Amino acid sequence: MPADLLRLDGVGVRLGGREILRDVSFTIRAGEFTGLIGPNGAGKTTLLRVILGLQPVTGGSVLIDGAPRAPRDASIGYVPQKLAIEPDMPLRVKDVVSLGLDGHKFGLRLPSRARRELVSDMLTAVGAQRYADARVGELSGGEQQRVMIAHALISRPRLLLLDEPLANLDISSEQGIVSVLARLARAERIAVLLSAHDMNPLMPVMDRIVYVASGRAAVGSTDEVVRPEVLSRLYGQHVDVIRVHGRVLVVAAPEGVDEVEAAAEDAGVVR
Amino acid sequence: MRHLIRYVFEPGFFGSGPVHVALAVGTVIAVTSAVVGVFTVTRGQSFAGHSLADIATTGGSGAFLIGVNQFWGYLAFGAGAAAFMEMIGIQRRRGRDVTTGVVLGAALGLAALFLYLGTQYSSTTGASFTILFGSMFVLTSSTIPALVGSALLALATVVVLARVLLLSSLSPDIAAARGVPVRAVGAAYLMALAVSVALSAVIIGAVLSTALLIGPAATALRVAKGPVRAMLTAACIGVVATWLGIVLAYDSFYWPPAGRGWPVSFFVVTLIAGCYLVSYLRPRRENSEAPAETPDAGQVCSPA
Repeated sequence: MPADLLRLDGVGVRLGGREILRDVSFTIRAGEFTGLIGPNGAGKTTLLRVILGLQPVTGGSVLIDGAPRAPRDASIGYVPQKLAIEPDMPLRVKDVVSLGLDGHKFGLRLPSRARRELVSDMLTAVGAQRYADARVGELSGGEQQRVMIAHALISRPRLLLLDEPLANLDISSEQGIVSVLARLARAERIAVLLSAHDMNPLMPVMDRIVYVASGRAAVGSTDEVVRPEVLSRLYGQHVDVIRVHGRVLVVAAPEGVDEVEAAAEDAGVVR
Repeated sequence: MRHLIRYVFEPGFFGSGPVHVALAVGTVIAVTSAVVGVFTVTRGQSFAGHSLADIATTGGSGAFLIGVNQFWGYLAFGAGAAAFMEMIGIQRRRGRDVTTGVVLGAALGLAALFLYLGTQYSSTTGASFTILFGSMFVLTSSTIPALVGSALLALATVVVLARVLLLSSLSPDIAAARGVPVRAVGAAYLMALAVSVALSAVIIGAVLSTALLIGPAATALRVAKGPVRAMLTAACIGVVATWLGIVLAYDSFYWPPAGRGWPVSFFVVTLIAGCYLVSYLRPRRENSEAPAETPDAGQVCSPA
C-alpha cells in the first residue's frame, strides 16, 4: 500500500472559545479524488486552511508525506472560495497562471519562451486557452475557476485543494470543472480534495468522501458514509438520506419525530 | 513650425534653471507616483493614499512653522501615519471610516493652525499656497538629492514587490499559503505609498498629491490589460501631464493677470483628469487580441 500523501490525526480547532472542528482524522493518497462535503458553516474552509497551514490547530497533527508541512512547500495547490476579482485588476488570464509559478518570489523576472509555452499548455489542459489574453476580472465565474485551477496546478502540486469551486456555477460549468479535475487527477496522479455543500455533481468522480457536520467528520466511500445512521450521529439529530435517480438528498426530519428511532440507529440497530 | 514651437515654448523656457530642475525632478516623481499608484488602485487603497495626503499636509505645515523644508514634514507625518494605519490593522473594518474621518478632520485643522501661525511669524505669504498646492519652480536645491533618492527607493521597493503584491491582490490566502509574508509586504507597500504621497505633495501640493498617484494609474488600468503595460502607461501619462503642466505654467506668466504664472498643479491635475475622462470615451474591449488605439497622451508612448 502506498504511503499517505496527506494524513490528519485527531485535528481540533477552537476559535474564540467555540469548537470549530473536533477530532478530525483522514488520509489521502496520490491520485485520489476526495469530496469534502457538508452544510455551510460546518468547518470545511477551516479544515482546508488547517491543511494549508493558515489555521493553527488546537490539537492533533497534519502530515504531508509523513512530515509537517514546510513553509513555501509547492506540493499543495489551493483554489480559494469566492474570489472577488475586480474588472480593473491588471491581470490577464495568462498573467494569473504565470503567477502560479513564481508569484511568491521577489524581484523582476524576464519573459521567456519556455514559460509562455508552459502557461499556454496549462491553459489548454483546463480548457481556458480561448481567453488567455482577457482580463481575469471580466470572465464569468466558471471561466475564473478554470483559470484559478490552472494557476494552482502549474507549479505541479501533488495535492490540490479547492474550496467550494462549484458554488454559484451553472450546471454546464459545474460539469465542465468536475470533468477537468477528474481527468487531471487520473492523468497526473494529483490528489484532489474539493469542498462542496452539494455532493451530487461529484458522485461520478469521488473516490472517497469526508463528510463534515457540527465540527466532526465521517470518512469513507459514499456508500459507507452517506447513510442516515452515520449522518444522524454526525449532525446530532435525525436526518434522512433519500436517493433519487442516483442522486442523494440529505434532509433533516421534522422536529420531535423519530427521536427514539434515531437513538435506536445510534445504538447500531439497522432497520 | 518654428512659430508654433516659439508659441508653445515661451522664450527662455529651455534656458531657465528652475525649469530644468522642475522637469528632471518632476519626471522622477511622476514615474514613481504612477507606478506606485497602479498598486494603490489594484489593492483598493486609494482612500489610504488620500488619508496619508491629508496627514502629510499637517506635517508640511508643521515643518514650515519650525523652519524645516516641507518635504521632511510630509515624509515624517506620512510615514508615521502609514505605520499607525498598519498597527491598527486593516482587519478592523468596523468603525474605521468614522475614526479616519475624525482623525483627518483634526489633521487638516491642525494644518490650518500651523499655516496661520507660520505666516504670522514670517512674511512669506506664499507658503500656505506652496504647501497646499505645490510649487515646482521653487524647489530648494539642497532637498533635490533627497527627493530623487527617496523616489528611486520607493520605486525600487514596488518593483521588487510587484509579483508578490499582484498575487496578494489576487488572493491573500494563496499568497500566505505559498509562504509570502503578506502582512510585512503590505506594510512595506504602505511605506512606499507614504513616500510617494510626500513626493507628489512637493510638486503639486499636499492637498492634490493623490491626483498624481491615482489619476494616471486609474487611466492606465482602463486602457492596458497586463501589469507591466499598465505600469508603463501610467508612468507615461504622469510624465506627460507633468511636463505639459510645467510648459503651460511657464507660458501662463503672460496670461491674465499678466506677470503672475498660473499654478503648475492646476495644469497637471486638469490634464490627468482629462486623460481619465478620455479613457471613458471608448468602450471596453471584449477578449480581443490587439489593443485598440486611444487618443490620450499616455498611450502614445506605451509599448505596442
